Amino acid sequence: MANLFKPSANSAAKVSLLSLAGLPVVLFFTGSQISRSSANTGVENPLSQPIPFSHQHHAYELGIDCRYCHTGVERTGYAGLPQTETCMSCHSQIWTNSPLLEPVRKSYETGEPIKWALVNKVPEFVYFNHSIHVNRGVSCNNCHGPIQKMHITYKGRNLHMSWCLQCHSKPEEYLYSDEKNPDLTPRQQVFNFYLKLQTDPNGQQMGPQEQQLALGNEQRTTVKDLVARGNELLKQRGVKKAQLQDCAVCHH
Amino acid sequence: MPTLASENELLLPGKRTYKSIDEQLGDIVLDQSRHGKTWFTVFSIGFLGVNLLLVSILWLLWNGIGVWGNNQPVGWGFDIINFVWWIGIGHAGTLISAILLLLRQGWRNSINRFAEAMTIFAVMCAGMYPLLHTGRPWVAYWLMPYPNVLAMWPQFRSPLVWDVFAVTTYMTVSILFWYVGLIPDLATLRDRATSKPVRVIFGMLALGWNGGAKSWHRYMHASIMLAGLSAPLVLSVHSIVSFDFAMSIVPGWVTTIFPPYFVAGAVFAGFAMVIALAIPIRKWYRLEDFITMKHFDWMAKVMLATGLIVAYGYGMEVFYAWYSGNAFETALLFNRVRFGQTPYSWSFWALMLFNVVIPNALWLPKVRQNLTALFWISMSISIGMWFERYVIIPISLTRDFLPSSFGFYTPTIVDIGMFAGTIGFFIFMMFLFIRFLPMINIFEMKELWHHMKHHDKAHAASEAH
Repeated sequence: MANLFKPSANSAAKVSLLSLAGLPVVLFFTGSQISRSSANTGVENPLSQPIPFSHQHHAYELGIDCRYCHTGVERTGYAGLPQTETCMSCHSQIWTNSPLLEPVRKSYETGEPIKWALVNKVPEFVYFNHSIHVNRGVSCNNCHGPIQKMHITYKGRNLHMSWCLQCHSKPEEYLYSDEKNPDLTPRQQVFNFYLKLQTDPNGQQMGPQEQQLALGNEQRTTVKDLVARGNELLKQRGVKKAQLQDCAVCHH
Repeated sequence: MPTLASENELLLPGKRTYKSIDEQLGDIVLDQSRHGKTWFTVFSIGFLGVNLLLVSILWLLWNGIGVWGNNQPVGWGFDIINFVWWIGIGHAGTLISAILLLLRQGWRNSINRFAEAMTIFAVMCAGMYPLLHTGRPWVAYWLMPYPNVLAMWPQFRSPLVWDVFAVTTYMTVSILFWYVGLIPDLATLRDRATSKPVRVIFGMLALGWNGGAKSWHRYMHASIMLAGLSAPLVLSVHSIVSFDFAMSIVPGWVTTIFPPYFVAGAVFAGFAMVIALAIPIRKWYRLEDFITMKHFDWMAKVMLATGLIVAYGYGMEVFYAWYSGNAFETALLFNRVRFGQTPYSWSFWALMLFNVVIPNALWLPKVRQNLTALFWISMSISIGMWFERYVIIPISLTRDFLPSSFGFYTPTIVDIGMFAGTIGFFIFMMFLFIRFLPMINIFEMKELWHHMKHHDKAHAASEAH
């Protein structure tokens, strides 16, 4: 009787068994990398919008305050998108015939809002509140990335729960303060940062944390003195660190 | 006192050769014409059950677990009853294959393969329930601790997480043990098969087994090691399942006797299922030479012993309720035993009948030798063990501490459909197994035959002197 298998079948069997053992590791690693990649999270992935609105132009080059358009950011959970009327407060005077702005004019005529593509979204079971973060002095850039440098807006951070928890476990490493204007309220300090960027776009004359923000990084610090300062800020601003990791803080 | 030879004679009676053992057992797989109308009828029933199961699961996934009958205050209904029931049934396989192997009980050889397959399929049925009960089975991997983007770990203080580890370990070790045990037989089938594709398939599955001393040496080591790994699982898995209840504060659940009593109940239910399946299959495939009345006698004795432990457990529950002086425990006891006090008190007495009264008939040797009686007693135990979980789980939950939150539990059609569906799935898998893999350990039967011949020769030689 002829042999059922060639000698090479021995190697094939060994390789198959080893691959079978390695497969879970490979699958686990691939899955974890895909779930963290921007293909899944959308980080740094500009979305196509009905109008190519540029934050770099409006917020940085022209120096329009964030709150001019995102009116709810200091007082409500949702920062808010501007009404068409807000756009038209300038664009009824300038660039009135620009074809790029046709959807704005149309929306103004018909009263139907512009359908922006949503860039930052947390799941329904997460209750994120902008006002509390801004009022305790968390910089916009900390969560949104270098917004002053974005032509087409993209998601700056992955908004994973583990990412939220970095700050919720050690808020003293993240709180923003404008050391040259310590008398301002925390929220005024947050928005003052963008005024300072007008003259110092890369933050060369700023403190190390502000410089990180200007470059588009998180402002996290582990320098002892800065962390001590952060702990002081927690006290001043009434941030109760012990509560920040309770489930009900974000999942009511 | 029977001698070893006469004992073996009882386990493998009649005249035979190695070849005839190969033929009798191997040809069930290789000669497909042996599976006639009976196989097809039972398999079809199983297949219908699988379809019922799929429809029930699809309906459940589409609508959410609201289609089940569990709701406040009864959060655990059919899903957990059936989970515990199926897990329990699996335990006989592991006990037979691991503990009886370590104890060198020769009579396990002809039923171990069959019982191990039963274990695997029962654990599959069991595993479906908690996964579906999560409501979002597609994120079931959250049950495992792994570095995730949520920065969350499972709650390690919860017995439900221990369950996940216990059941997945059980499944993995059971499959490995079963497969390793199959390898020499797969090689036998490879060598006996005549058609090329069948030889190639069994050849691949046999992993290059050549029957040499080295292969056997390694096989013995692997098999003993896996038996060593499985043996504690027999005790640990159902202990952990019982912690789901025993670690809580619900009257009727928080009892320290639960782990041993659950383990005994599991072996009890498992042997009942082995007997209930072995009796018809032995008859259909004419395996009377391999699964003898001696086997049934042993299995019935194990069943009787574990049944008595379970009965002792029931007694202890009553004793605890009285001895603790706890008003809630006492109230729960009366809820169970007094007719009309709860809508389900009849089920406690059904449990007593099926699980305590009827199995005591096994004291009589005549009953242990009567297959019809054995079959129906096994059925009674299977039903009784189901009622045990029914009594423990919903009844304890319907009446808890506050009369204002008293409730009731009624299973829905989806609950019943899923239960019937898992039974169908179990039959479906068992019958596929019977048709395509050797259900009785061929090489261990040959080994037994070898011992018998060897002993006979020695015996004859000593007489000649």
